[in-house]
This record gives sequence, structure tokens and C-alpha cells, in this order.
Amino acid sequence: MMSTDLRSAMGEFKVHRVRFFDYMPSGIRALAFNQDTERMAVARMDGSVEVFHCSDRFFQEKIIPGREQCGIEGLSWVGERLFSAGLNGGITEYDLTNQKVKYTIDAYGGPIWTITGNQQGTHLAVGCEDGTVKLFEVNEDQIQFERNLDRQKSRIISLSWHPSGSKIAAGMMDMIQVFNVETGHSIHRMLADRGAGTSRSKECVVWSVVYLSDGTIITGDSVGMVKLWDDQTGTLIKSHNVTKCDVLALSVSQNEDSLVAGTSEGIVVQFQFVSMVLEKDDKEWVRTRTFRNHTHDIRAVAEITTAVVSGGMDAQLVVRPLLDKIEVRSAASALRKIHFPHRRLVSCARKSGLMLFQYPGHLELWRLGESEGKGTPGSSLFVKRNPEKLLQLKVKGEDHIRCSAVSPCGGWIVYSTASTLRLYRLHCDNNNISITKISKLPKVLSSANQLCFSSDSSHLFSASAQSSVHIASLSQSGCKFVGTLKPKSGSHQAIHLLAASEDGKWLASANSDHEVHIYNLQTQKAHCTVPVYSSAVTAMGIHPATNCLFMMHADQQMFEYSIEQKQYTDWSRTVQRKGLHRFWVERDTPCLNVMFNPQNPSHVILHDMYMLCIIDQSLPLPDDKTQFYNQLTLKSLTEEQRKSQSHAFKVCKTFKDILCVELMPDQSLVVVERPLEDIATQLPAPIKQKKFAT
Amino acid sequence: SLNGKYKVQRHGLFVLCTSGDSVKVYSTRTEEWLHSLQGHTNQVTGIALNPANHLQVYSCSADGTVKLWDFIDGILIKTFIIGYPLFAIYVSEKHEGIVFLHIGFQLVAVHLPKSAEQEVEAKELSAVSSHISPNPSCTAFGREGQYIAFARNLQLNVYFFRKQKTYSFSLKATDKKGAKNAFTCIACHPTDDCIATGHEDGKIRLWRNFIHKKEYTYSTQHWHHNAVNTLCFTPEGTNLLSGGIESVLVQWQYGTGNRKEFLPRLGGSILHVSASSDGQLFCTSHSDNKITVIESSFKVCGVIQGLVKDAVLTDLMIDPRSKALVLNGKPGHLQFYSLLRDKHLYNLDIVQQEYIYEAGLDQFEVVKAAFDIKGYWLATVEERGQKSSDLEFFLKLWSYDERTQSFVLNTTITAAHTDRIISMCFSSSEETTMLVTIAEDGQFKAWCQGVDADTQQDQNFWSCDFVGSYHNLKPTNCSFSADSSLLAVSFQEVITIWSPDTWELLTTLCQPPGVIRDLCFGRLSCSKYLISTTTRNLLCCWNLLTCALEWSTSVEVSKLQSDPLSENVAAFSYQSKHTDLFVFKPNEPRPLFTHKNVCSEKIHRAVFVPREEPLNNCDESSQWLNRSQLYFLTQNMLVIDDSVAVTPFYLLLGKHRQQQQKLNTPSHQAADRPQQPQGSVTITELLHTPAHVLPPASVLCSMFVSSLLISNTGEMESSEQEMNSEKEEEDSEGEMEACDSQQELRAQGSVDEVTPKLSKAQERELKRVRKTDFSWMAGLIDSKP
Repeated sequence: MMSTDLRSAMGEFKVHRVRFFDYMPSGIRALAFNQDTERMAVARMDGSVEVFHCSDRFFQEKIIPGREQCGIEGLSWVGERLFSAGLNGGITEYDLTNQKVKYTIDAYGGPIWTITGNQQGTHLAVGCEDGTVKLFEVNEDQIQFERNLDRQKSRIISLSWHPSGSKIAAGMMDMIQVFNVETGHSIHRMLADRGAGTSRSKECVVWSVVYLSDGTIITGDSVGMVKLWDDQTGTLIKSHNVTKCDVLALSVSQNEDSLVAGTSEGIVVQFQFVSMVLEKDDKEWVRTRTFRNHTHDIRAVAEITTAVVSGGMDAQLVVRPLLDKIEVRSAASALRKIHFPHRRLVSCARKSGLMLFQYPGHLELWRLGESEGKGTPGSSLFVKRNPEKLLQLKVKGEDHIRCSAVSPCGGWIVYSTASTLRLYRLHCDNNNISITKISKLPKVLSSANQLCFSSDSSHLFSASAQSSVHIASLSQSGCKFVGTLKPKSGSHQAIHLLAASEDGKWLASANSDHEVHIYNLQTQKAHCTVPVYSSAVTAMGIHPATNCLFMMHADQQMFEYSIEQKQYTDWSRTVQRKGLHRFWVERDTPCLNVMFNPQNPSHVILHDMYMLCIIDQSLPLPDDKTQFYNQLTLKSLTEEQRKSQSHAFKVCKTFKDILCVELMPDQSLVVVERPLEDIATQLPAPIKQKKFAT
Repeated sequence: SLNGKYKVQRHGLFVLCTSGDSVKVYSTRTEEWLHSLQGHTNQVTGIALNPANHLQVYSCSADGTVKLWDFIDGILIKTFIIGYPLFAIYVSEKHEGIVFLHIGFQLVAVHLPKSAEQEVEAKELSAVSSHISPNPSCTAFGREGQYIAFARNLQLNVYFFRKQKTYSFSLKATDKKGAKNAFTCIACHPTDDCIATGHEDGKIRLWRNFIHKKEYTYSTQHWHHNAVNTLCFTPEGTNLLSGGIESVLVQWQYGTGNRKEFLPRLGGSILHVSASSDGQLFCTSHSDNKITVIESSFKVCGVIQGLVKDAVLTDLMIDPRSKALVLNGKPGHLQFYSLLRDKHLYNLDIVQQEYIYEAGLDQFEVVKAAFDIKGYWLATVEERGQKSSDLEFFLKLWSYDERTQSFVLNTTITAAHTDRIISMCFSSSEETTMLVTIAEDGQFKAWCQGVDADTQQDQNFWSCDFVGSYHNLKPTNCSFSADSSLLAVSFQEVITIWSPDTWELLTTLCQPPGVIRDLCFGRLSCSKYLISTTTRNLLCCWNLLTCALEWSTSVEVSKLQSDPLSENVAAFSYQSKHTDLFVFKPNEPRPLFTHKNVCSEKIHRAVFVPREEPLNNCDESSQWLNRSQLYFLTQNMLVIDDSVAVTPFYLLLGKHRQQQQKLNTPSHQAADRPQQPQGSVTITELLHTPAHVLPPASVLCSMFVSSLLISNTGEMESSEQEMNSEKEEEDSEGEMEACDSQQELRAQGSVDEVTPKLSKAQERELKRVRKTDFSWMAGLIDSKP
């Protein structure tokens, strides 16, 4: 990978352009949509499960990190509970409040290919390698094996419940079986055709099956066909040849008038149930739209109320809005591609110039390079000292890292998995690096949802269960538990953001119920709670001079809350009154960091995946009529005109695919980029397709 | 041409197509032309089978009438006068007695009055929609005529007759991937509510649910790489047919997504496709003036080929054996077209490479061709890379094979010259055959069929016999004398005369200024003369015996053509935006015959076609046509210009009107720009003739006034035979003027036979007025009533 750090001087900042974080998102394996809560659960190849909030700009609310050797094959909601099953043969339920695995039980049927719950929320069905469909009863806090349906000769690849819950269709090798759930016997056996020619010798895999309430069974198979069957007679009604490759995933809309099929060519094909003769009821499934947003196999599709969501080997989650289902076209209904997690994977020791990169199974510590001389804006500077990888820290155990942090002084590294939390002391004299693990940690620090050091590196804050934050003091001798901060009231959702003030007086925490609590660290008491806003907090920071909490939300709104006065600041009220510029609100990735420039207290620095923005609170706010991206225009104006033209938002789009931006004490910016092209080159080759005129 | 729309009749027995101002009826079985439906006075823009009676057809024309025909017997049943130029006609079973016409930018429903009269004025007009695309393929009736779908640019509109409501759907002009979304054609499914639209970038969209503003939906299919020209559902609705420039007919199976069949290599780009009402036959019309009849099993079962007339690069030639007209045909081919039978004979593949139907490719094309006097040899030049700098060309010689009755390739010369060949000619002697080529490299080469000692085979190949040049000047033309004893090669301003036997430069002739354009030896009694034309408006006649200029005259001649069977030479002169024709004999500087304003374009190609039997015409002015007929081709250099629509082919003299129209008609955009009726030639001639040669005003006055009167005889009973009459001069101006001149004649009462052909006679009369003395006038005045 690129290990150079290009330095360019952008106006008043020197920029470390970091491209040596080889972050590789994991491919998407399964999707499950919960209509009632509007949550989309996503299972990735590395076994991690993420929950996105569909009506809150697809913010990634929850991340449950995966484990080694844990391939999830299926995901299913039962009510508000989320279950997964995988090739290790176990069924897992997740504790979504604390964002961890609740329990795993073995189904004793070999690898599980599919899991699906009925609409009534009473049962789960899993399809196993040994040819059984196993029914599990969903109890209050566990699931209980109920019975097997008639055992088949080949593995069960896909399952679908009839909405009434009385029948199950199962896709297998070369055939589809329909079971009566009551009796457990097979009602119909429908044979899927193999491909013609040489592929005749290959088995036809029924990758996906959908059972509609009118008795139509729709299957997608490895021959590239989407077939419609009648469950009364067990006959084929119609077949659509969608692709030459495989149809891997199917999903039907809630009202059963639209069906999407994802193929291994990376296209999503929509079928719609439309009247062939207008205003008459004789409806047929016809192929309509084709969406080409993926480069690789689509492993999962889901049709949600207003959009088609698809994911696959290329690791991006694509939300393609269905314009006919959308009332008002807005930023919330735009095509959205989610490449990076909505969490920070990079932490920065500001005072010592160290960067900690969090990979699923290890951590990397890098020292930034140094440059010399001054350049004109936009030019690169000569690199005096190359960046250096100091440390690679492998995780003990099978669990993947949930969160990590490096202390501002660079002396401490901490990370946590679902089961353990480890704290290391880092000794760094000249070129000798050594770390020592702090062995005796207080018991409460067994696991954390989020970790944060105080600005003087004397304390570690660890967010844990029940929305509480544990404080531990750090010293040469080790780590000592100081106390626990608990919110006075509110939910027990896991905390995903922590922010400590520069003066060590305040700590703010945000949880996935959108609650922001502020604690007084001196008294170790809850100070106040910021009024709950309808959208999730994506980033926050406490201003070093004014001790105001600056919060960014998933809907791109921003609030500034004065901790001392326990109220929104005047500037924040002005922003809310005047509203934000249309272009700002329409951006489709959340802000991931809030920074402050000590030399210019009115500046707030924000970034998302595509841009870097400095908000100058002393300048007027733009309204919808003003030119939002005005940097180039301003350049061409005279000093006088510039004053009248400039507004609070200064956006820089020089950098792309940004994972993290951090402001260093020497007024230089560190920009960690991960170009999507680099990710694409590391993906396996896609299915070769004939392109016209090649 | 066979352009315009065409329909296959219900039983699939007939194909109808518009052709100029008539509708032609062909048999699908024999591919024979049965008859024409004639009566319109302007371009026929659309035809539609009468849904109430499948033996009848409606036709609409730019002359503002809709006519109903019995097309089996070719009888005009009724004429409905609308009064506006019509561009397209649509009918539907559910709308009895109503036709939908395209007037201006409007779609208008017209109630056809039920009246016993032959000619009725249809007054009940109601607008359905304005803003109709000028392309008639962009409008179609939906299922059971309940709605009509029409697209224009980027908008699809569906008008429901019962609800009287229009639904509109728009596409973006382009998308991120550069698709061009403009609509190019439209078709509606016969039983389902599904509209198929073709687009500029080759996509086909199938629209459904189009009674919802938002929940409408469409699927997209893409195979064509250029615009889809035409779409058609089969009558059962099981398949959709589409065609475009690729010349591949594509059959999409309806309802199963991607399954499609192809019928490739049909010829020129497909302009229209239609299916017979029983679904057994499909028909495609092509840009190369062709109709292909295709069985529903996707096999070609018949081809109706007209004269290919786009992109003519070669001269017009007559094959001495078959007497067929030879010129560029299919790309890379020469076509042989029998003028006598008005039938395409065959295509000769010259380039022998697969032609790729795609816009913007540089492919080999035949640019020159020449026959020897017996028709035993054919020389062709094919060229590629005219636009780019790297020119490639081949000279090929073909010999006639008696056994196969066709030309077979004898010799291919890859580097005949170092630069492009400008012209070539065969020697005209019977004994030895020699080909002379001149090229831009400043040389002329003589090629002979060499007797190669090494290869004593039956075949003798052609090789270079002599290379000549003259002061490194660029040659411009070459010509052999009638007995092949002399070769004239012009180099810029100088004509050099060579003896082909000894290759001795006999003499040079020069009459500056101006580069020599055409060269032509006199024939028969005038064989001692050499005629040359220059770019500086000079026509010179040289006497080869004295090597001196016999006579010269200042006239700008764009094409000089000599009649091989007589002494006559035809010269086309282009001046002030019209072309005049002069016919003269080289021995006298006085024209034998003059025809002013033959057409408005410059003429570059012409040919004398020998008659099978010489005529015995004693009329002085048309005597020169006794032995051959003169055909000429106009070519508008501004190919994109509007006027190209009214150009390519004007035929002078002879040939029935039907044929003439056929050659005359434009490409497929014709419907968008119908021909404008031109002013009366008689009147213009009157006004253009200098006053001092005109008869007294008293004579002219009555003629002039009567020429302005509107004829009360109505439609002229002009028929094939009259037009065929060989005495007639061509008349491209249409019936109106013919009526006028007939009126004039009646007023004059000076001519005894009052037949329609007199209209032309009258024209000649006027010309004679200008040319001849005034003595006949006394008689004329005397005979006045």
C-alpha cells in the first residue's frame, strides 16, 4: 500500500496525507429488515453484525464485532430480537442493547445455510447441511428446539415461510420442497431445471426462495432463472431468465407487489406485479428495472418501504430509492452507498504524533513522518522522515476488536473485545519501542463499548453496560479504579461516543437512543442531559475554551450546548432558527469527528467521508440563496469583497474517502484516506462480463 | 423509392408502400410490382389499411387530401379534402369513420363524412394533441384504440380517449453513463397495456402502469448500438420486432425478458418494420430502397429491390451486354439495374469484404468503374481513407464469364498509382482492349492484358503497358477517340494527344485560362472533333486534323456527355442556381436543342442509354433522342442540407412518371419535409425570356391570363401510357402545371389534337417562340377566334 505521507499545505494548515491504513471492509453476506423498527441488520463475511437505522439516514447505530471462524449465513428478526446462523452450526441471538452476542446454541444439523423466522414471531426455521429443516420455538429469553421437518437427501439452501406460518418452502439442490409445518411432511416437490449444454452436469442450486401469501413461490437459482411456482399444483407458472450467472438473492416488498433479485454479476433486477390490462385485476409479474450499482456478487437484497438495499462481495451497502414509493424527493431519499463504518477506526496521540489503526484482528501504531520547508498552497513538501510502523498488536482470542484508543501523550494503548479489555503502557525512547501489558486491571474494566483517555492522559474512561462509564486513573504503577458515572435516568443502550473536555472537568457520552449525558468529573456526578434530538449523534467534542459541547447528528444538524449554562448557545439557536444550507443537509455521509482549533476559538473543524469543513462561528450563516461551495469564488475576489461574500462554512474537497481527520497541536492536519480504488483492487476478480465493443 | 410506410395486407398477399406521389402495390409471393395507386398531386406521406374493410387503404398526402383506395384493383374510391398538408395517418378499429392525421405539429381527428360523392370536403376536425413529433413512428394506437401514445423528444404522452386525459412521462436527456434517451419510435402491445419505445441510444423500454403519475414502471432492454428506428408488435403480441442501422432485425420474446432472435445482414439500415395481420409475414424497408419480406419463422422469403441511389460515387454507366444501368449499389457493390423493366437485376460484389453497418466507420467503397466497349471487361477502383491521410485503393479488372453470366475477378492491382486515381477509360476499338488510368501522382498509365510467357494459362492478367506524364502536371481527364487511334489526356490547361500504338505525343492543344474538366471526342461524322470544357466557363471544339480551335463558346459546363450512337453531345450547364441542357453536334456551334432549367442542382453524372429500337421522330427538337435516351443524376454536395430531400435523381426524357417518382423521392425524412410544389415553368419561362424575342403582347396576354386560371377539368386523367410516350420531355413539376398548360392550349386553339400530352407540347411551343422566327405568328393570330 502507499506508505508515503504526502504533505500539502492547504491554506493555513500543513496536512499529513496518510494512506497507509490498509482498511479492508468485509463483504456483506446477509440482510434482514425489520419493518416495525425500521432497522436493517447487516451480516458481514467476518461475522460482524451491524444495525442501520433506515429512517435516520441509514446511520450505523450498532456494531457487533465478529469472531474468527464464524461465518454467518443467515440473519433473521423475530420481533425486535435478532438471530443469526452460520456454517459453524450454531444459532446466535444478539443482545442489541449492549451490542454483543447474547448466546449461541448448536442446532446439531451440521452447517446452517439459512435461518428465517415466521411472521407471527413464534418460530425460527433453519436449513441444515444434513438435509433437515429444524424448527425452533422462540421463548421469552431463549430459543428451544421443537422438531425436524421431513429430512431430505440434500442440503437446505434457502427457506421461506408462507405468511400464514403454516407452510415452508425450501430451496435445495435441483429442487424445491414445500412442507406443511403442522405435519412436518412435504406437500410438493418441484424440480428446478439445470442449465443447458455443459452446465447440465452441474447441480442447480436454489439460492433463494420467497413464499407469497397468494401461494406463489418464487425461486432464484444458479442457472440464472427467477421462477414462479404455484403451490397448489406444484407447477411452474413462469420463468424469467435474468442472467447467465447465478441469482443469489431475492426479496419481496411488504405488500408483495415488487420483488428484487440480486445476481452474481452485481445487478439487481426488479420485478413488479402489475396489471397487464389497466384497471383490471389480472396481474402478472413482469421484469421492470435493472440497477447496476455493484461490481461483484450480490449476496443479499432487501426491499424496504422506499428503497432497495443490496450488499455483496464488494462490501458496500447500496440503498437505491424507489422513486415511485417516495412522497417528496429529498436528501433522505437519494442513492446512498455506504463504504466505511460510521465509527472511528483511527485514534491519534496528538502530543506525540502517533496514530493507532484498528483492524478487526490487530492494531497498528504508526509514527507520522516529518517534512521540512514551506510550500505554496496545494503543493507537496519534501518528506524529511518517512512515517514508521512502530507496533503491530495482535488480539488474543477469537473475538474481534470492538474499540481501541491511544492516549494523547502516546504512553498508553487500550483496546477491548467483546470479552476482554487490555491496557498497555508504551515506552518510547528514541527508536526503542517497548510495551508492557498492565496486568492487574480493575474488575469493572472487563469489556468496553467505547474507550477514551482524558486530555492529560491521566484517566481512562470506559463505557460499559447500562450506559455507565467507568473511570480509572493511570499512573506509572498501574491502573486504579476511581468510580462509575451513571446517568440519572434514561435508557441502558450502549454508549458509542465519549468526549472529554480539555480541562479534565467534563465528560460527555452519547448512546444509541440519542441520549447525551454530561458528567462532572470532579464530583463524579451526572451534570446534566442534553435534550434528546430525533437523530443519532455521529460525532461530538467539547470546546477547550468555552466548554461548549458541539454535536453533529446523522441528519446533518448541528447543536452547540453550553455545559456550564446547561442550555444551547446563542449560535446554536441561530443555526436552528435560520436553518442549514440545502447543500449541507443533502450530504449523505455522517460527520465523524469534531475538532477545535486552539489558535482560533471560533473555528470548528468537521469531516465526513468526502470533505473537510471548517465552520467559522464568527461569520454569518449561509442561506439557501448564497453560494455554498464558495472557496474558488472567494479566491478571485478582493479582500473587501471577500469579507462580504464569505460565510461560516468553508468546505475543502481536496481529500476523498476520508477515514479520519485530526488536528495536531502544531497546527497540522492528519488526513487518513482509504481510496476506494485501492479497496477495489484488493477484491477478488468479478465475474467476467462481455462488454460491448471490447 | 420504396420509402415511407408500408403495410402488409391482411392475407399477407400484398405489400403496399408509398413511392413519391403514388402508392405501390407489390405481391409478397412473387415480389412483382402489381400496380400503383395514383392520384395524389404531392408526396404521399402515409398509408393505413381501412380497419373496416381490409381490401381498402387510406393514403394521405402533402397535397392536403386523404384518399381511400381499393388496392387490389387499384381503384380510387373516395377523396377527402382536408386542405392542409398531411404528414401521417393513423387509424384504429374502434374509431370508425375517423382518421387521425398529422397536420403541422398537431394530431387531429377527422370525421370522414359519409357521402356518396367521389370528392368530399372533410370539415370536422378536432385536435387531439399539439406537439407531435414530426417522425410518424413516434405515434401509435394502444390496445383496442382506447388510447394513443405519442412521444416527442424526451416525453412520452398517452392520451385516453374515454377519459380525455393525457398522461406524460419524461426522461432525462442523458444520464451519467451518457445514454441518449430521446424517443425515436413507439409501438403498443395489441392486447396488454404495454407501450414499447425505442430510443436514440438503442435502448427499448417497455412501459406499464401508465395511468399512474408515479407508480408507472418500465423495463429497459438494450441490444441496438444505434438509434432504434422502428418497433412493431406481432399481431398476437407474442413478439416485438425492432430494427435500426445495424441492419439486423431483432425479435424480442414478449414477457420473458432477454430471449431474442436475430436476422442479420438484411442490407441497408432498417427504417420500418411491419407485420401482416395474420402474423405470418414481416416486412422491413431499408435505407437502400429495398423491402424484405420475412416469414414468421425468421427466414427471408423475398426481396423487393429498387434502385439504390444514395452515395453514388461512380459514373452512370450502361452495361453493353445487358443494357443495364450500372452504378454504386449496396455498400461495396455495383448494382445492375434494368431501366427497360425498371427492375433491379443484381449486385456485383466488388470489395468482397463484410460491410459493417455502423455510423462513422471508414470502409472500402467503389469509387470508379468503367466497361469496355463490348462489355467483356469491367474495371473498378475501390478506395478507403478519403478523409484520413492514409488512402488505400485497389484497381480491379473483371472479365465477363459466359458460363456464369457474370463478372469474375481477373486482376487486382494493389498499387496502380502512388496517389488516387482520378479517372479511367477503356479504348474503344474492337481488337485490343486497353485501359488508361490517370491519377493525382501526375501520371497516366496504360494497362493491357499481357501475354505472360511464364504462365501459359488460359487466364491472362493485366499489367502496365505504358506510363506517361506531361511536365509533371496533374492530369484531369482522359478519353479515347471513337476508333481508339488517339488518346487525349488533359493535364491542367493542356490537352495532350497520344497515339496508343506507339505512345508518341502527337500534339498538345491549349486554350487558357482554366483547367480542363471534361474531354470528349466526336463520333461518326464528327470524329475529327475533340470537345473540351474548362473550369473557366469555356467550351472548346478542336479540329484534330488542323490541330486548331474550331469554335469555342463561353458556357459553364458541369457535365459533358456524348451519345455513342450519334454525333450528339449533351452539355449540362449550371448557372445561377439552375441547370440548363444543351445538345449540339460538334461540327456546328449552334445548339440542336436547349432545355432551360432542367433542375435546380448541379449535374455531375449523365448517361445516354441506347434504345432497343430507334424511334422515327421527325420533330426537330427531339430527333436527337431517336436512338438513345439521356439519364442524368443530380447530386447536392450539401448532403445535410434540406434540399437533399428533393434531389437525388431527376430523369430527363422518357420513362414513365412512376419510375421517375421512384428515383426522385427522398430518404426517409421525406415525410417531415414534403416537396413543395414548384411554380409553373411556363410562367417562369415567359418571364425569363428576353423581351425582344417574345411574340407581341396581345398574343402573350391571353396565354398568360389563361395560365393563371384554375382548371375546371379537375384532376387530369394522366395515366401511365401518356407519360410513357417517348416524345415527352420530363416534367418534374407535377400536374398543376400540366393543367395550366392544357388550358393555355385550349385558349389558343392552335393545335388540333387535344390530348393531355399537349401540355408538354405547349411548353415546347413556348420555347420555339423564343427560338424561331416570327413567321408562324401571323398564322397564329389569324387563327384566333
